[in-house]
Amino acid sequence: MRRSRSFVGMLLALALAVTLSACTRPEPKEETGRELNIGATAEPTGLDMITVPGAGTPFVLLYNVYETLVKLDSEGTIKPLLASDWTLSDDRLTYTFSLQNQAKFASGAPVDADAVVKSFDRARADSATDSIKAKWAAVADVEAVDVHTVKVTMSRPSNEWLYDMTGPAGIVSDPSAVADLNTAPAGSGPYTFVKWDQGSLLRLAANPSYWGTPARFDPVNFRYYADPNAMNTAMLSGQLDIISNLTVPQSIGQFADSSKYTTYEGTTEGEVVLGFNHETKALSDVRVRQAINHAIDRKGLINSVWGGKGTLIGSMVPPTDPWYEDLSQAYPYDPAKAKELLTEAGVASGLTLRLRVPNLPYGPTAGRYVAAQLKEVGINVALEELDWPRWLDQVYGKHDYDMTIVAHVEPHDLSAFAAPNNYWNFHNEEFNALLVSADEGTEAVQTEDLKKAAKLLSDQAAADWLFLLPNIIIATPEISGIQENQVSLSFDLTLLAARS
Amino acid sequence: MTVLRRVGVRVAWLLGSLLLASFLIFLATNKLPGNIAQVTLGTNAGPGEVAALEERLGLNRPFLLRYVEWLGGIVTRFDFGQSYYTGAPVSPLIAARFEVSAWVIAFGMIFAILIAIPVGSYAAVRRRHLDGIAVSALSQVGLAIPAFWAGIWLVIVFAVRLGWLPAGGYVSYWDSPLDWIRHLILPVASLAVVQASVISRYVRSSVIDVLHEDFFRTARAVGWSRIGALWRHGLRNIGISLLTVIGLQLATLLVGAIIIEQVFALPGLGSALLTAVSGRDLGIVQAIVLLLVWSVLLINFLVDITYQIVDPRLRRRAEAA
Repeated sequence: MRRSRSFVGMLLALALAVTLSACTRPEPKEETGRELNIGATAEPTGLDMITVPGAGTPFVLLYNVYETLVKLDSEGTIKPLLASDWTLSDDRLTYTFSLQNQAKFASGAPVDADAVVKSFDRARADSATDSIKAKWAAVADVEAVDVHTVKVTMSRPSNEWLYDMTGPAGIVSDPSAVADLNTAPAGSGPYTFVKWDQGSLLRLAANPSYWGTPARFDPVNFRYYADPNAMNTAMLSGQLDIISNLTVPQSIGQFADSSKYTTYEGTTEGEVVLGFNHETKALSDVRVRQAINHAIDRKGLINSVWGGKGTLIGSMVPPTDPWYEDLSQAYPYDPAKAKELLTEAGVASGLTLRLRVPNLPYGPTAGRYVAAQLKEVGINVALEELDWPRWLDQVYGKHDYDMTIVAHVEPHDLSAFAAPNNYWNFHNEEFNALLVSADEGTEAVQTEDLKKAAKLLSDQAAADWLFLLPNIIIATPEISGIQENQVSLSFDLTLLAARS
Repeated sequence: MTVLRRVGVRVAWLLGSLLLASFLIFLATNKLPGNIAQVTLGTNAGPGEVAALEERLGLNRPFLLRYVEWLGGIVTRFDFGQSYYTGAPVSPLIAARFEVSAWVIAFGMIFAILIAIPVGSYAAVRRRHLDGIAVSALSQVGLAIPAFWAGIWLVIVFAVRLGWLPAGGYVSYWDSPLDWIRHLILPVASLAVVQASVISRYVRSSVIDVLHEDFFRTARAVGWSRIGALWRHGLRNIGISLLTVIGLQLATLLVGAIIIEQVFALPGLGSALLTAVSGRDLGIVQAIVLLLVWSVLLINFLVDITYQIVDPRLRRRAEAA
């Protein structure tokens, strides 16, 4: 009897210990005030955007730690940043940038023409990733005219180049930095890098000597979660102020209480594409591709696959690009029309297509939906799920498929259809010519040509654009300035403020 | 057979298993379908980048040569190779992650044992009474609960509803000892609850056996109380079988910790493994898998050896054979 009492006592002591440790916990955010905790899923793989690929690095560092001569605002317009203004020569071959006089790096060194030239030379060097180098392909020369003026000479006119300068390819880093930029980023932004606990946390602190509007939060912690549900519970328990992208739209209901959470739903650059292999005999016929476009109820697909969240687009352009045009009604859901087109094409019965999808969150479910709908119009679909490496190897690399579903998340990726060996086997001279003239023309010409190019893809039913991935952000109500649409690769902290 | 000889045979078996495991892991990660360099770099990589990575990782050299170098690096220099993605050495990463996993697993096991011994003994001694049956039934329920499920409920109650403890994440002891404890309580509790159920059932049945032994009856006859006799003679006798169970459970705890680290967003080996798998960083994957498999083999070996040395009955049986 005495023993059992002491056992109960032990349990009580344990419970007391838990309670005590709970009572002594530090109050999370009310007291420290301007600390900001942001939940994210894609962790950087290194900290130097020039030599390490991946979207995780610019998400944290671009515009926050590193600055560019020009930046994208929340509407997707190019605005001055380190360059106070710039001019373009009449032949569209020479850009002259005037730099902000007062801009300096966190080390105190000035952001002068020399630093810009050194940074740009680094981006053009062999050590840069292929995708960074590609963005500099149209540039012949970069030179310092005087301390505050930089001249960039192009080998051919390119609108895309100035746009690319708003991203990782255009960052200006501190030439006086002695440490490796891959472990110790050094820029001129409102935040400085503090530490990176791989697998868990990346911390930024306010740069006290920032030349522009000072940082409003200090410190800022990007917390990483491999499991999106763990991120949700961290938000629910008050450990986070912001979920930077909710990748399980079905769980949005957990944040329905508007007194505690504000939900932002915008667009991303991620087009979920039902791609056709144009070399498959049946799919080389435009009528068959159009029939498939008519046969799939895309609204229904979003509802069943992605919790009803997402935007119908109808071509390879998100609504945030200036040349966006709503083409989502080009092929309304019409199974009868689909059957008609299949009959015209002579494949009304017995057509079997292989749909090979990667096992990413949207792939298999979207695949089953598509297969079921195509069966309704008489197309048999052999559905196959591949893990990502096999998808890359067989579908993307070897073009061994009839249809596939994958999200294309890069900005301005209309040009993917013009790539020489693209995995859709789509080749159209008129389309390629439009892209070239858009890049070389004026802004008006660019918008006009890219609209035509997008329309051409739609008319050709080059693919079936199922939907555009949504950008769902959850924040506590005291955070303001959240950008609904993800237009750049950056999670731009300079736009955020705390309501007090 | 002498003890030394039997230990020698087992060491040979262990070395063979360790070698075979390392070969299979290296084979599997290297012979998976797809060009490893292309897989690592993803869709945005150009042919130049792919070729450069193949060159850097030495993927164009003979398979066996690469295997021998990899294993040699681990055995001679604790060099677990490099990340296929960043080229950074894997060993420091593993060391940092190992610390987190080790705390969770060690505390999980210690608390499980601390709970299991009194609970199991109590259930055995009181097995004909309602409270003993209730305790026994409760541990049966605990047995059926997966650790991650327990973890999710602990988070819902203690983090989301009550707000007493953090829902996840990790703070190093050196940064803040108090925060370190607070972040470990829930993950350790979810592992310990489940482990305690398993171990307490072994304790219960072993104690019941002891209760029927002659020496126990003798102890009672000379005036020891039931609990006292159990403490004095019983626990010593169930120690060996308990050791086996704990060893085996340690292996399952390793696996359980991988999932628990996901639930609580702990930066341990398990979450590093999952991140590496989804990012296809096979350099990290093969290093962590090797470490986990080797740990399990080693634990089993140690249990086996201790068992052989400690239990005289086994020794006698082996000598008779």
